[in-house]
Amino acid sequence: MCEDCGCTVTQTSVKDAGTVEVLGRLLDANNRAAGHNREHFNSHHVVAFNLMSSPGAGKTALLEVTIEALKSDFRLAVIEGDLETDNDARRIRAHGVPAVQINTGSACHLDARMIHEALHDLPLSKLDIIFIENVGNLVCPASFDLGQHRNVVLLSATEGDDKPAKYPVMFRAADLVLLTKMDLAPVIEDFDPLRAERAFRDLANAAPVIPLSARRATNLEPWVAWLRNEIARIRSTQAATQELHEPHHGHHHSAVA
Amino acid sequence: MHELAICQALISQVEEIAGQRTARVRQVRVGIGPLSGIEPQLLESAYPLACAGTRAEGSVLEIEHTDVRVRCRGCGAETMAAPNRLVCGVCGDWHTDLLAGDELLLLRVELETRQCEAEAPRV
Repeated sequence: MCEDCGCTVTQTSVKDAGTVEVLGRLLDANNRAAGHNREHFNSHHVVAFNLMSSPGAGKTALLEVTIEALKSDFRLAVIEGDLETDNDARRIRAHGVPAVQINTGSACHLDARMIHEALHDLPLSKLDIIFIENVGNLVCPASFDLGQHRNVVLLSATEGDDKPAKYPVMFRAADLVLLTKMDLAPVIEDFDPLRAERAFRDLANAAPVIPLSARRATNLEPWVAWLRNEIARIRSTQAATQELHEPHHGHHHSAVA
Repeated sequence: MHELAICQALISQVEEIAGQRTARVRQVRVGIGPLSGIEPQLLESAYPLACAGTRAEGSVLEIEHTDVRVRCRGCGAETMAAPNRLVCGVCGDWHTDLLAGDELLLLRVELETRQCEAEAPRV
């Protein structure tokens, strides 16, 4: 961990001899590390997307077609989170894109510190976009900010359209929902994309919902257009912020943290 | 099961507070909302494991549960809501802002002050 991420609890006051009143978020240390990652992304004009879903919803397949759609315009990299194996990272590398595999062991989510370590293995100054493929899990990853700019949540047709109602914390965090494996929807009678969207709106989230199929390469255009649009927006914010704060943060990322 | 990771983060904050006062921890109070992503029962079972070998070993975890409340952007009403249905309780619109329910807070730490004095260096 970087020295400038060192943590102290915010706002403590002694009520009586033995009681300390605290108002601190339990995940303050992770949130600080995430903020630090975000500073690194911003100072290198890198845009980071965090992909979350249940296991097998099609995150890697989506990334494979997305890489093909974007790689002529942007310099891409992928951080892969899995409990075991580097199968997904190898699939990504086969498309000519650098991929760092994080094996979390028994941990069910990526946290900001793991991303920070993975960033040491990526040439940030030679990248435009980093996709973080989180551990397949609709519960735990939602609680851990990684420093990403946007959260993309995948819901596959085979999972059932009531997933947003079952996992509200995850879907509330989404900046975009992709309904994946839509080529299978006709044979899965239980899945109604409109019902999925209604369950999602009930979480008071106005983010767009895009149905697509990575395997059949259908309806990828709105997804790629969303990415391009968000990349442009985030970059203009990064440029404006950099003008304000020049010279910025002087932490060298080649150093061992 | 990320509750153990959350618990470890909690204990490191608590240890820091206790360490500054060279005291042991008697009780820890946290505030948890249904939309925090934390299962209180799992937090309770992870707590003794995360405490082992720290200044908080043997301490009691108290959990303050909060309700989910939303404010409607349409009609302005403030109402209670279910964690998976954050719609306005008056007009039913889903365009609402969350007022409470996603808290994940360390609220209070109670220390054993007598032991604190005993451990403090004599002048």
